[in-house]
Amino acid sequence: MKPAPFDYHRPGSLAEALAILAGEPGAKVLAGGQSLVPLLSMRLAAPAALVDINGLPDLDAVTVTDDGVRVGALARHADVLASTAAAERQPLLGMALAHVAHATIRNRGTTVGSLVHADAASELPVVLRLLGGSVDVASVGGTRTIAADDLYLGPLESSVAPDEIATSAWFPALEPGAGVAFDEVARRHGDYALCGVAAVVRVEGDRVVSARAGFVSVADLPTVVDVTDALTTVDAAALADLGDVVLPHLDPADDVHATADYRAQLVRVLTARVVGTAYDRARERGTAR
Amino acid sequence: MSDTRHDVRLSVNGVGHDVSVPARRLLSDALRHDLGLTGTHVGCEHGVCGACTVLLDGRPVRACLMLAVSAVGCEITTVEGLARDDGSLGPVQQAFAECHGLQCGFCTPGFLTTITAGLADNPTPTHEECRDMIAGNLCRCTGYQNIVRAVERAAELIAEEGEAS
Amino acid sequence: MTTKLMGTPVQRVEDQRFLRGHGRYVDDVAVDERTLHAAVVRSPHAHARIVDIDVSAVLDLEGVHAVWTYDDLAGLATPMAEPLPLLIPHPALTHGRTQYALARAEVNYVGEAVAFVVADDRYVAEDAVGLVRVDYEVLPPVVGIDRARAADHLVHDDVPGNVGARMEQKTGDVEAALAAAPHRLQLDLTVERSACMPMEGRGTVARWDPDTHRLQVWSSTQTSTGVRAAVAVKLGLDLGQVDVITPDVGGGFGVKINHPWPEELLVPLAARTLGRTVKFTEDRREHFISSAHERGQVQHIEVGFDDEGRLLALDVEFWHDHGAYTPYGLIVPIITSTQLLGPYKPQVYRVRFESLYTNTVIVTPYRGAGRPQGCYAMERTMDAIADFLDRDRAEVRAANFIQPDEFPFDQGLVFQDGRELEYDSGDYPASLEKLKALVGWDDFPAYQAEMAAAGRRVGIGLACYVEGTGVGPYEGAHVHIETSGKVKVATGLTTQGQGHATVFAQLVADELGVRMEDVEVVTGDTRRMPYAVGTFASRAAVMSGSAIHLAAKRAKEKALRIAAEALEVDERDLEIVDGVVSVKGSPGTSIDLGTVSVLSNPLRYAFDEASKAATQFSVGDPGRPPVAEGDEPGLEGKDFYSPERATFASGMHAVIVETDPLTAEIRILKYAVVHDCGHLINPMIVEGQIHGGVAQGVGGALYERMAYDESGQLLNASFMDFLMPYVTEIPDGIDIDHLETPSPLNPLGIKGAGEAGVIPSAAVFAAAIEDAERVALPDLTITAMPISPSELHALRQRHPQPRPHRQERS
Repeated sequence: MKPAPFDYHRPGSLAEALAILAGEPGAKVLAGGQSLVPLLSMRLAAPAALVDINGLPDLDAVTVTDDGVRVGALARHADVLASTAAAERQPLLGMALAHVAHATIRNRGTTVGSLVHADAASELPVVLRLLGGSVDVASVGGTRTIAADDLYLGPLESSVAPDEIATSAWFPALEPGAGVAFDEVARRHGDYALCGVAAVVRVEGDRVVSARAGFVSVADLPTVVDVTDALTTVDAAALADLGDVVLPHLDPADDVHATADYRAQLVRVLTARVVGTAYDRARERGTAR
Repeated sequence: MSDTRHDVRLSVNGVGHDVSVPARRLLSDALRHDLGLTGTHVGCEHGVCGACTVLLDGRPVRACLMLAVSAVGCEITTVEGLARDDGSLGPVQQAFAECHGLQCGFCTPGFLTTITAGLADNPTPTHEECRDMIAGNLCRCTGYQNIVRAVERAAELIAEEGEAS
Repeated sequence: MTTKLMGTPVQRVEDQRFLRGHGRYVDDVAVDERTLHAAVVRSPHAHARIVDIDVSAVLDLEGVHAVWTYDDLAGLATPMAEPLPLLIPHPALTHGRTQYALARAEVNYVGEAVAFVVADDRYVAEDAVGLVRVDYEVLPPVVGIDRARAADHLVHDDVPGNVGARMEQKTGDVEAALAAAPHRLQLDLTVERSACMPMEGRGTVARWDPDTHRLQVWSSTQTSTGVRAAVAVKLGLDLGQVDVITPDVGGGFGVKINHPWPEELLVPLAARTLGRTVKFTEDRREHFISSAHERGQVQHIEVGFDDEGRLLALDVEFWHDHGAYTPYGLIVPIITSTQLLGPYKPQVYRVRFESLYTNTVIVTPYRGAGRPQGCYAMERTMDAIADFLDRDRAEVRAANFIQPDEFPFDQGLVFQDGRELEYDSGDYPASLEKLKALVGWDDFPAYQAEMAAAGRRVGIGLACYVEGTGVGPYEGAHVHIETSGKVKVATGLTTQGQGHATVFAQLVADELGVRMEDVEVVTGDTRRMPYAVGTFASRAAVMSGSAIHLAAKRAKEKALRIAAEALEVDERDLEIVDGVVSVKGSPGTSIDLGTVSVLSNPLRYAFDEASKAATQFSVGDPGRPPVAEGDEPGLEGKDFYSPERATFASGMHAVIVETDPLTAEIRILKYAVVHDCGHLINPMIVEGQIHGGVAQGVGGALYERMAYDESGQLLNASFMDFLMPYVTEIPDGIDIDHLETPSPLNPLGIKGAGEAGVIPSAAVFAAAIEDAERVALPDLTITAMPISPSELHALRQRHPQPRPHRQERS
């Protein structure tokens, strides 16, 4: 299990990196490499060249403003997780990150890299969609911002063009009156989830203004479902019925770890649990203020 | 596509090594085969087992998930760098010996590096935190019971040293 | 007086090098630029005919030194063109088949070696592998026991019904006994495949010395003498031309007892052919698809019993999936069929099995070696009987125990070593009492009811086993006391983490009266001990431990004789303490062992101060030959231990689990082990073995399986998808209690301990999960292991249950 040969570039500036990418159509960007390197070693990927962006300056920041959290392309999961300011501004980010692989992987893996890897079994893409975040990308032609809803085209396929580098991701702040929650069931601690659910619920008093849930590992794409209408009243029965509301939007599949039927069961259980928790948290925040 | 060699300087256990490696050389292979530091073991080469864990600027990372050329400018610590300057075992190593925290020894270097960094971060872990600290490393021999004890014992040893100095 | 080390938790001497990163595993040997690296072209098909192999593209690749296919082998060494050896033939194995080092005309599993490449490094070797073009004509694959039994297609054209072996053993007329029994039950059970999965895969390094015409091989094996013999035969060398050294081994658990692996022959062949050191280090994907698996069986049990649950008739039939070839014979199914009986004594027992070919990786022993399946069959049966009679599960087991006064107890069967299955000693009732106390068996029903009232499902299970350990034929040991007083010990079997260098040093220190730090133990080096068998069947402590004890005794006898002469005292008055021989009660009259060693070897030449005292002018009687008739120079002891039969360890496990009513996740609340391996040499090490076995058992029961699809592709050939437990999946704490029923068969009274921890796991988890589920679903029965939450969920769906209650919210 050794990578096939490739050309290697380690640019010292973003402009240089973009120029190389523009000139090498088969090149891939290497940041944390925690998904890419195993693919190389198994020879499931054999790009002609790698553009290693680990030497680029100023891309490793986690910047927290009133509006949200901006995560630079070289910020490692561990950096984001360690930011108490980020956790305060958007708690869902940290909740999800805690489920990303193991700590050692999070020390090297990057949040932006995980987003553009576009794996529907990863926690972060669905969190970005659920929060209405975005990714900034650059190419020799300029920069653009891709809204999360426009980022995911298919399994492991994002709308970041081959000559573009994702330079940062934007996670909007937790809205007033909103609560968030995340939970997942994996075979082993740290494994990809059999099913993961994230939720953002916004309330006025006890009334749900908006409730949306995002799903990991139970659809081809990171999928978000609006369940506001199913929560005109919030009680155990309404929460238990959410599974049937969301399942038509999902496509849980069989694999060596679980049947589709079992995944559907997890969708039901986790959706009720996570939306319920997000709802409770939203009300607590309302009360606290 | 070429197998051009790249001249890089790897800083390992405080010593700079100039090596010439193809870009595709994994850091784990560079440490083992180019530098002869065979204490870092390769158990899966896809980042799951943790046997190859080294410290990169003090943080545990999988050496099999990094290219050697990508490690320039970083300070790498391997298991060979964990003993004390006088050659005696460091506290984590000592705790493993006392607690029978190893059997075949193959996964051990990855545990030692991981725990060394973990205790530097959190010198007084709870029992649950001790378990969490090693949750990303596979061991097929010990059933982890004595490794958890070794983490607890290492924390004690470090605390005792702190008091003594 | 020196304190005895036997029975004390001495810290391990091998840890110093491991903890510093100074261990020497096979991939750490010959780390230099001159060493060449091998890679293997493997079949992508489970069953296919090889139409053509084109290696031309490889020849242009810079850095490639050799590329071989089957057609090259005969020209390199004639015996290499023959199939690999069938290591353990058996009369019942009527249709044994083994593969070629490189596939000849047909491949029979995904991963079978087809071509072999040697290059400057492994990267280039893998590039070359990608350039070899093989044309296959795909044949229908046979995957799984059901397909093998159906025999719609054959794995090997000349093996009818895919049946490699049929075997039967019985102790009486089981049909009559069944008919006469007051109660009868039938069970159909399955166990899926798993694998040893040591952290270090296989690996071999070889170096040919053209000046001396000798081959030196390092291999990550459980039998260096076995590899040596196989390499010599296959390369057409004399045994004396081959040395095999087993360096540090990163875990074995059985898979490395099979030999020779194709690479174990091809690497030495390449070293000799190319005149360069050659290394093969198996990678993880290769380990999944080209090393061995185990466990897969389908079982049918019919049992007749009385009102107390006593076994009047036990009739077992099972089908064992041995994969594509049978290099290791019938060891695994024979062990299942015999060790199934555990601590029980059915009045009549019959067992029949078929060992079946499938187009999958070969099956050879994995820790437990067929016992986990047998234990599962027996213990599921015990649970079923208890359920049927509505009796306590422990009580039913106790009613069937062989009693302490019944040993030696002959089960009336033939064991895996061709000897009678005769248990030497044990105390099963005492074991059960200890286990019940340890796990809180009698208090559990109240706890279960209390939890049930809170909507929670907890369950308890127990399982008992007996394990034949320390099988023959023999092991040997050599103990050499050097003139420095240091003691060098060699035994031929190999070490994969069991702490042999420590426990064997404990034995030598005790017997010889030397400091443990003066004893150095070498294992698995054919230069040091050319006669040995290997490390398997929990035999190292029993076999080599006994041999070392005996060899140390011989060395001691000689030391005392020489010392008595030198001190002019009666040797019966002497003792050895801390390496000094002295007269008991008068320590002034003494001589250290180093000096005794000097005196033992009359010299012509003096090379240091000590040896001056040993020249022929200084020692001996001028009237007699310097070395007396019948004596030998040097202070050494060598002996072999060859027991009549195996010694039988035993134990019992209990586990308490909780199952989530909604997600079907399974949580382990408590795990308890009572273990009897006779006298303990080092309790710390024994407990470590149990911990590791239990963890592998948890993996085997709840997480690990080899998931083949119907075309014979292994779908989870990575650590991402083959779910070996991390610490987070293993119980936080394993409660262990020991019972020490010594074996009468060996001088130390010991029994093997290596495999025990893993044997009862499938049985004990099936029982506990079933017990937990029956809180809500009284008819749910577990018949297939391992079990995942997804499978438990599916089982629940198949059982009539009350309308799913609404999720509770706090």
